[in-house]
Amino acid sequence: MLNIGGLKQGVVIDHIEAGGAMKIYEYLQLDKLDEQVAIIKNAKSNKMGKKDIIKIEGPLTLNLDMLAVMNPNITINIIEDEKIVEKRHLRYPEKVTNILKCKNPRCITSVEQEIEHCFKLTDPVKGVYRCVYCEQAYSKK
Amino acid sequence: MPRHIISPLDLSVDEMKDLFDLADDIVANPGKYAEICHGKKLATLFYEPSTRTRLSFEAAMLNLGGNVLGFATADSSSAAKGESVSDTIRVVSGYADICAMRHPKEGAPMVASRFSSIPIINAGDGGHNHPTQTLTDLLTIRSLKGTLEGLTIGCCGDLKFGRTVHSLVNAMVRYKNTKFVFISPEELKIPDYLRREVLDAGNIEYREVKKLEENMPGLDVLYMTRVQRERFFNEEDYIRLKDSFILDKKKLEFAKPDMLIMHPLPRVNEISTEVDDDPRAVYFKQAQYGVYVRMALILKLLGLA
Repeated sequence: MLNIGGLKQGVVIDHIEAGGAMKIYEYLQLDKLDEQVAIIKNAKSNKMGKKDIIKIEGPLTLNLDMLAVMNPNITINIIEDEKIVEKRHLRYPEKVTNILKCKNPRCITSVEQEIEHCFKLTDPVKGVYRCVYCEQAYSKK
Repeated sequence: MPRHIISPLDLSVDEMKDLFDLADDIVANPGKYAEICHGKKLATLFYEPSTRTRLSFEAAMLNLGGNVLGFATADSSSAAKGESVSDTIRVVSGYADICAMRHPKEGAPMVASRFSSIPIINAGDGGHNHPTQTLTDLLTIRSLKGTLEGLTIGCCGDLKFGRTVHSLVNAMVRYKNTKFVFISPEELKIPDYLRREVLDAGNIEYREVKKLEENMPGLDVLYMTRVQRERFFNEEDYIRLKDSFILDKKKLEFAKPDMLIMHPLPRVNEISTEVDDDPRAVYFKQAQYGVYVRMALILKLLGLA
């Protein structure tokens, strides 16, 4: 377990797939924060082998549910007075816009310019998202 | 905001009943509706060729006393110059009162509906949805069987890629005591998502079988689809299997005397022409019902009935 003693109050985004931290950093626009942000790449993990971690100083003001779409294994630790006070599991949001891209070559999104890529949650247990236009299930592969 | 029909499930069961009641009235009293759309224009934006659907829409609007304008291939439209669907529909919204769109890309009519100020009817988007075919199928069944409840529907042929079957299943599960028998080669069985998300999730009774004859006796409706050569991995399998899914007089001996034989058309050889004279063969009537249901839909979407 990584030492989180340095964070008095903040959020630790844990169990990010190794190599995935920068995508989340960009999505959450963490570069715009004034608070401290630490990115740990390739940390050792018993469960995952390697993982990434992001630590953000300060109170939680971001909606992190979208991270479940990017990576459902992510866990959120809320830190206060240098202790984990809450381990939060992410909930799949009902709709996501411009996070996933439809990979179906027959979908209108493959040719129509400047169209929003919208997905809706169709299986809340398995986290299946379908493109609202062609209804094809999103696959990471 | 105009109302659009993009998916077969955009209409509730009650709305479908209203629509079919109106279609019944159109069949009974065509004169009453002959001029009702006078001065109204239907735009048929067909980005890929389709004889039947386009003519059916145009016949529907002409039967209502309206006019039609449009194009029949993407080459003859501004799409050839690279215009987006969203731009095209905003322009066409100023020319016509209602639009039927066919497009090879899945979801194109939905994109159009987001930018349109006139009602959009999806006239087929790639292998995805074709709601007016489903409405046609349901009106045919209701008109000829007198009900949409308690029916055993046999679907035969290419059940994996055949969108008409997927839409029919999605629409028919909303009626009480519908049962399905899916008759197809192993390679062309219904897709997993349909089995899991629609049939199993809704506790719908269904069987998946490989032989047409022995499953024929219990069917109220037999919905035939084309088994295409290119769907098979090798020619041998195609030749071995294709005859099992061809309907001929001999196989029909096992069917109920009032079973309906339906087909979305075009037919190639999956229904032998010797079946055409059988009173149970209703696929050409089905195409006629397609015009009536499109007339009813145009009236509903224009708020004229």
